[in-house]
Amino acid sequence: MNVDSIRNGYVIDHIKAGTSMKLYHFLNLEKLDCGVAIIKNVQSGKSGKKDIIKIDSLIELNLDVLGYLDPGITVNMVKDGEIIEKRKLQLPDELNGVISCKNPRCITSVEQELPQRFKLTDPENGVYRCIYCEAKAEHN
Amino acid sequence: MRSLIDINDLSTEEINHLIATANDIIANPDKYAEKCRRKKLATLFYEPSTRTRLSFESAMLELGGSVIGFSEANSSSSAKGESVADTARTVSCFADIIAMRHPKEGAPMVASLAASIPVINAGDGGHNHPTQTLTDLITISREKGRLDNMTVGVCGDLKFGRTVHSLINAMSRYEGIKFVMISPEELTIPDYVMQDVLQKKNIPYTETRSLEEAMPDLDILYMTRVQRERFFNEADYIRLKDSYILTPEKLQNAKKDLAILHPLPRVNEISTAVDADHRACYFKQVLYGKYIRMALIMMLLEVEE
Repeated sequence: MNVDSIRNGYVIDHIKAGTSMKLYHFLNLEKLDCGVAIIKNVQSGKSGKKDIIKIDSLIELNLDVLGYLDPGITVNMVKDGEIIEKRKLQLPDELNGVISCKNPRCITSVEQELPQRFKLTDPENGVYRCIYCEAKAEHN
Repeated sequence: MRSLIDINDLSTEEINHLIATANDIIANPDKYAEKCRRKKLATLFYEPSTRTRLSFESAMLELGGSVIGFSEANSSSSAKGESVADTARTVSCFADIIAMRHPKEGAPMVASLAASIPVINAGDGGHNHPTQTLTDLITISREKGRLDNMTVGVCGDLKFGRTVHSLINAMSRYEGIKFVMISPEELTIPDYVMQDVLQKKNIPYTETRSLEEAMPDLDILYMTRVQRERFFNEADYIRLKDSYILTPEKLQNAKKDLAILHPLPRVNEISTAVDADHRACYFKQVLYGKYIRMALIMMLLEVEE
């Protein structure tokens, strides 16, 4: 794959510098057969340094995960070598199956087949709470 | 179909309506004696409880309904590993409404997502206990004739006391409420209650370590237990334990129409010598709890009043 030019796929841009590997794992990109490029510490006028991930296939992207991990990200969709959609992300209202509740008193700690669901309760501070026990999500 | 998992599931109008219905039940019990005939309440109690389970059961019986259920996890299929969701689905085939107590936080919410009948949270660990809050509200309303414009003292374990947190949350909806937080430094109200409820809504509050100092201003005194296991240091516990025990002497400077509440069970935080004082409302509180649960069962079963 030529890192500069993707014909059909995604360019995930403006990733906080140094966090692209975390995104890579959260999006399960290691399971893909197509080309994936991680570009770290690129100079960026906007934020000093940034990371970029390029994916050489139009896979189904979980934008909720991306929005939760780094709402500053821009996702560019590329088709036939052209950017056809540029999407700015924001914090999703709900997170399903993205993070797990860490509260040992939560029902999900004993009934592990329950879906892990979190709701955005404080958009200003990006606070998510477990829908069952209301414990604050620890990860962000 | 509605469930009650958190006190915030109810609007202020609905809370006022439940209190009005409960008052009407107290005044005209015969009118309600058949309201839930042929309806069944399932009490699914995964941990022991005296007051709450019996309150729910007698509430349903006084509405002419009947009761099924279990009072400990070992006598249910959960001992065989059945999930809360499956139990809720199964019980939905037999009963019309569920009251659930569970040691794990969020279990009644899981049940309400799976059940095809209303679920009432009868206490989930240290998390929510909305019918206790309704009980507290009807007691205050009946004793004071109002739910607004008063000074509410909450005393004891304000850090871990879930009933205190939901009472503050619920009372904050009414006009002219002031809170006085009386607790040892180790057990002060958590930041999220301060920030998310009191400061956000601009509710005036003061904090003090002394019950005697706060006493003359109070219209309501809500007592809770200070538990030994909450202290890091035994010496601190011994130094503080008696300061939060309510005795007739400490009531000397209190208002004549103060109402003393306690979610019960009490251990020693209210001296039995206080029981005879006309301001002691904690056993009446238990009785009012039954009536408000009757009103709630009717509301969730959409029974006409």
